[in-house]
Amino acid sequence: MSDISFVRTEMLPEKEPPASTVGFIGWAKANLFSSVLNSVLTILSIVLVLFVLSGVLPWAFQSVWNASSLTECREILKATYGEHHEGACWAVINDRWVQLVFGFYPPYPIDPTMYLGNPPEGAWPAYFRPIATFVLILAAVAPVLFDKLPRKMLIITAIFPFAMPWLMWGGTVWFPVAAALGFAIGYFAFKYLADIVGELAGLIIAVVLPVIWWLFLMGPFADLMQSIIALDIPVVESRKFGGFTVSIFIGVVAIVGSLPIGIVLALGRQSDLLIVKALCVGFIEFIRGVPLITLLFVASTLLNIFLPPGTEFDIILRVLIMVTLFASAYMAEVIRGGLAALPRGQYEGADSLGLNYWQAQRLIIMPQALKISIPGIVSNFIGIFKDTTLVSIIAILDPLGLTNGIRADAAWNGIYWELFAFIAIVFFVFCFSMSRYSMYLERKLKTSH
Amino acid sequence: MTKSVFLGALTVAGIAAGGAYAGTLDDVQARGKLNCGVTTGLVGFAAPDANGEWEGFDVGVCRAVAAAVLGDANAVEFVPTTGKTRFTALASGEIDMLARNTTWTFSRDVDLKFEFVGVNYYDGQGFMVPTELGVTSAKDLDGATVCIQTGTTTELNLADFFRANSISYEPVPIETNAEAQQQYLAGACDVYTTDASGLAATRATFEAPGDHVLLPEIISKEPLGPLVRHGDNEWGDVVRWTLNALITAEELGVTSANIAEMAAGSNNPEINRLLGTEGSLGEMLGLDAEWGKRALEAGGNYAELFERNIGENTPIALSRGLNAQWTDGGLLYSPPFR
Repeated sequence: MSDISFVRTEMLPEKEPPASTVGFIGWAKANLFSSVLNSVLTILSIVLVLFVLSGVLPWAFQSVWNASSLTECREILKATYGEHHEGACWAVINDRWVQLVFGFYPPYPIDPTMYLGNPPEGAWPAYFRPIATFVLILAAVAPVLFDKLPRKMLIITAIFPFAMPWLMWGGTVWFPVAAALGFAIGYFAFKYLADIVGELAGLIIAVVLPVIWWLFLMGPFADLMQSIIALDIPVVESRKFGGFTVSIFIGVVAIVGSLPIGIVLALGRQSDLLIVKALCVGFIEFIRGVPLITLLFVASTLLNIFLPPGTEFDIILRVLIMVTLFASAYMAEVIRGGLAALPRGQYEGADSLGLNYWQAQRLIIMPQALKISIPGIVSNFIGIFKDTTLVSIIAILDPLGLTNGIRADAAWNGIYWELFAFIAIVFFVFCFSMSRYSMYLERKLKTSH
Repeated sequence: MTKSVFLGALTVAGIAAGGAYAGTLDDVQARGKLNCGVTTGLVGFAAPDANGEWEGFDVGVCRAVAAAVLGDANAVEFVPTTGKTRFTALASGEIDMLARNTTWTFSRDVDLKFEFVGVNYYDGQGFMVPTELGVTSAKDLDGATVCIQTGTTTELNLADFFRANSISYEPVPIETNAEAQQQYLAGACDVYTTDASGLAATRATFEAPGDHVLLPEIISKEPLGPLVRHGDNEWGDVVRWTLNALITAEELGVTSANIAEMAAGSNNPEINRLLGTEGSLGEMLGLDAEWGKRALEAGGNYAELFERNIGENTPIALSRGLNAQWTDGGLLYSPPFR
């Protein structure tokens, strides 16, 4: 055997891939310049983006942050950047951001005539109550959103629906306590009476008793307790609400309220009970058939005409009710979509396990139906949060309504983009976070791997 | 479901809370606050400042009424209203009076059942054009594009004016004054038309106000004034005569600077009656004798309110024009305090 053959005894080391297929160049080649057409489109897009940025960035960053009026802004811009530079006048945000955030909410409700400056004797820090409300919202929502947090935090979530209106509007603490008692009455009535009088009768009693309590007994009870142990904070009228505070307040109430009402409506729509079904279908179709702005006009003007003159029926409360009802009708349809997507076998499986209706809903149907509906639910939330800006039409000074008020100040008349840009950025932060959370939740709950 | 029941309960509770309904004057005094409807913001007429305090020419009228009735110019709850909500807010009793640059028209007075108590600003519809167009009269505007707010009386006035002069125009419909400013500056229309006071305020915000002129034609009558509900004449009288007190005070030379001196007694009996040192005018209104004095102390007389909010030394720089006293060739003419 000749000994000329060569057999490699060791593996060759891996070679680096060609420079044109890896790294940025490879990525760009594959994604941006894969063909002539794509290359042209890429270059055009880059030119377009640069063109837009070249207009926006100097405007946004070569700008004025400290000035007392638009005229002064313009003078400073001219002095700093030359005759023909168009820059933003962020000074208006600097001057009015407190108003845009809190509206006319008094910094120290204990003495509403005081504005910022030296706090009056014994007052909480400036804007303590709206800020506390906001923190409370975060604390109440956190355990619902992230299941790694201690379950004890759910207590905050339970207290929250009663504490939030109290913090915002003020008054005696016994009123929210009495309102919460109504739920306790309903719960115990159901728990102890259902065995005695049967489930349906128990359910009816559990609804009727709290209603009687809320209608007739709650007010006197709160007054009585207040006269025994006076625990109250200064009242702040709804008219003082404004800015992002009112957007967030309305948005949160609508979001929190619409989910349970929407679930009930969706179940009602699928119910076999004729009257329940007819009521739910009628409600959903009516609300969905009417634009939100019409409902807001009903809340702000029509109700005024129907109610006896001199009736003080809080405008914010009216709007809260309308927006919540509006949101729940849409929510009901989103959840019905989730219910419809569930295979028939799931319902039958629940039946075969011997679960009753509520047990089946709670343990089998709803967890799956809600999971399917997450994207729809969250996009409903985002939509309703943005819809809160419609209240500016009925003269509630939300951020958009306030832009008009701010422009009506002779110092800032003629300013547009800065205010709208600021409001847009804040709304974007909220809506984008909601959308990101929904994607996180979908990934977490995904079981189809 | 229980949640909606809870809200329903609040509704009923709210209805039940509505009690007896006395005269507006009694209501205001019992409440200790005047609910005054203003705009959500109009330069010079009503606007919240950075501290949330309302300021402006219409706001001044509200404060004067509050001072006359309640003795405190700050005892006013300013209720912002839009063009769409203002009349229901007044009709439903949500506000006690409306001072929202509202034009006094037949149908508003008669059909909507309101009572205009007077005029605090005589306005009229005008035109603004860029100087470079070289237009000197509205009659030269044949074929012009005109920015016009939809659904307002200005839209109808414009159509009437162009038809009467048999010239043509092309309307550019816009929704708000803010939008109009942007459209006009961007060149979307040659002409912007709205109330002359609004045009002046708008022009004052431009980077180069000198590049735009207001044409001399005023094509409509827009008497703006405070209004109250029909059927409560006592309250209407209070608001009417508070406004008249501001106007009369200017005519008689009573200002916030010299009011203390005048109130000590003067040899002009009308001043004495106005300030309550003589006669019993306040008693007739259901107020005390010093109501007129307090109304004037709130923000000064008509001239002072005018100069501070919309006058020639403000950015809006309106001249008195029609709004001068009758003795100076204007239309302001208050009935005598007798």
